[in-house]
Amino acid sequence: MKILVAVKRVVDKDIKIRVKPDQSGVDLANVKMSMNPFDEIAVEEALRLREKGQATEVIAVSIGPAQAAETIRTALAMGADRGILVKSDTALEPLAVAKILKAIVDQEQPGLVILGKQAIDDDSNQTGQMLAALTGWPQGTFASKLTLEGSDVVVTREVDGGLQTVKLRGPAIVTTDLRLNEPRYASLPNIMKAKKKPIDEKTPDAYGVDVTPRLEVLKTIEPSSRQAGIKVGSVTELVGKLKEAGVI
Amino acid sequence: MDQRVTDTEMTMVPLGEDYPEIRAGVRAICDKYPGAYWRKLEKDDEYADDFVNELSASGYLGALIPEEYGGSGLPLRAGCVILEEIHYSGGSAAACHAQMYMMGTMLRHGSEEQKQRYLPGIAAGTIRFQAFGVTEPTTGSDTTQLKTRAVRQGDKYVVNGQKIWTSRAHKSDLMTLLVRTTALDQVKRRTDGLSVLLVDLRAVKSGLTMRRIETMINHQTNELFFDDLEVPVENLIGEEGQGFRYILDGMNAERILVSGEMLGDARYFIARASKYAGERVVFGNPIGKNQGIQFPIARAYAEWKAADMVTRAAAALFQAGKPCGEEANTAKLLASEAAWHAGEACMQTFGGFAAAKEFDIERKWREARVYQIAPISTNMILAYIGQHVLGMPRSY
Ligand SMILES: Cc1cc2nc3c(=O)[nH]c(=O)nc-3n(C[C@H](O)[C@H](O)[C@H](O)COP(=O)(O)OP(=O)(O)OC[C@H]3O[C@@H](n4cnc5c(N)ncnc54)[C@H](O)[C@@H]3O)c2cc1C
Repeated sequence: MKILVAVKRVVDKDIKIRVKPDQSGVDLANVKMSMNPFDEIAVEEALRLREKGQATEVIAVSIGPAQAAETIRTALAMGADRGILVKSDTALEPLAVAKILKAIVDQEQPGLVILGKQAIDDDSNQTGQMLAALTGWPQGTFASKLTLEGSDVVVTREVDGGLQTVKLRGPAIVTTDLRLNEPRYASLPNIMKAKKKPIDEKTPDAYGVDVTPRLEVLKTIEPSSRQAGIKVGSVTELVGKLKEAGVI
Repeated sequence: MDQRVTDTEMTMVPLGEDYPEIRAGVRAICDKYPGAYWRKLEKDDEYADDFVNELSASGYLGALIPEEYGGSGLPLRAGCVILEEIHYSGGSAAACHAQMYMMGTMLRHGSEEQKQRYLPGIAAGTIRFQAFGVTEPTTGSDTTQLKTRAVRQGDKYVVNGQKIWTSRAHKSDLMTLLVRTTALDQVKRRTDGLSVLLVDLRAVKSGLTMRRIETMINHQTNELFFDDLEVPVENLIGEEGQGFRYILDGMNAERILVSGEMLGDARYFIARASKYAGERVVFGNPIGKNQGIQFPIARAYAEWKAADMVTRAAAALFQAGKPCGEEANTAKLLASEAAWHAGEACMQTFGGFAAAKEFDIERKWREARVYQIAPISTNMILAYIGQHVLGMPRSY
């Protein structure tokens, strides 16, 4: 069985981002970029399944600018077998990404697709669900545990108020939550080997997908900075202050 | 006053985060060994076994070993980057840098048989190659005067004498040892008659005593006493009598690599200081608003940047096989001072908290200070620049 993992190039989690002066978005010039942390977890899970002998090949797909090849290399250095880069300089929305992934799924016929539950840049949390809808495959989102039982995929999901376990009839779509695993780092020999692994380059056109944005960003603003708190002496004072602030 | 001809072949110097995937890999390992790990080691006077083992197992310490011997065969700059990231993360490469420092000597002058015997094990992390004995208590920086003697008797050398500051000897399987094989009064030049022996410490039964030296940092260093230590002749590196040249030959690589460590320290201090300066509020303002706090950090950044550029230039020249003594020495000087000035700025920025061990600043500051003395002291570098680059009269 093949496993397809989707990996996105995003602003590094340790970078303090800045909004562009014209409010059109976040300033990405000269900013360090890395693999979306949830996608690292996706790669790790796929590699573990392959190491257990339950998968034969792990394919890492990234859709984005040419530099997304580096993100694929990171996945290859962790241990993925090959990569597919779908190059696009357009800002991509989840639906466009899901459509491209659907086309790749049709071509590659994986038994399982693992994605991060969301990307830390736009926090959309949509691509996995949309891909499930487009393929008609069952989905197990926010996975904190994943086991394969024959062609069934058993997923424990982190839901509000607890854990829910679902059994999906494969092939299936899974999105990862933080607690699924702790991703490995790449060893130096594997970084070197990854340089020789193949990355297939494609364009959205090749899959017949129109990636023109359907949404318009009106403005991007910094979250307002938190004001210092105050101490109150009594319940009456607290109620008074809350009324003053217009929250009750 | 750079007297050299223009570098017409155009040595290329990479800017920015070169080897990003290696940096990320090393950082991921270092994240598992935070300040608390290093503090505990120092408190317990322990060697960083776990850290070194993990760094070996993941192949990073074998970066410079050629692929045919199980390493990754990467350029010197990659080694520099690995050491830099260790120091930038708040750790210390002192436990394991020596095998990179010495790799050139082994590769260029070791016999094929020696390489086959040791390099795959070093690459795999099963053989530790972490000790080099050059410095002696009575002769110090004046290396050619060293007193340790090795006398050939049949198929072995018999070694007598003393070394000091032989770091990690008690934690290493192999040690390179610089000894005099022909007496000083029987050689034409004082640089002749020295030889490098590869001592397999695992095989030593007698003739060697080690005594730990306690230092201001957790450096795991020793005094070594040789009393008829026998070393098989097959463990001679290269030719007898040429040892000083082999050691000198490795110096540029060592200086470039050690610069990487100090640049990492500088980055560590600058990052910690600039962040804290923005967060710590006294007199109603972040302390970093005050130029007395802000400017030393900004100056340290500028010094780091200059040192970083010269280090990159030195590594690029080294890789291209071009002369790089001037750059390697300059890099070491600038990087050690950038690290120290950044450390001073950081200490001052953290105020009283700098003195608290749990902030790690004082530990890194102590560690950074040593680089102005070892592996080569600042004055010896200035002497190199003054005498070899500028042609002024020699003091020795
Ligand atoms: C923590 C630590 C670890 C070390 N690890 C090792 C190791 O693993 N292996 C090893 O072989 N060595 C090691 N060393 C030794 C180190 O390389 C030496 O300490 C260093 O080379 C200086 O030698 P010295 O201490 O004998 O100083 P000296 O040679 O006595 O010099 C003392 C001072 O005088 C200055 N000086 C001397 N001559 C001149 C001159 N002509 N002009 C101007 N100034 C001069 C020096 O620059 C220095 O500042 C280590 C040292 C330390 C502190």
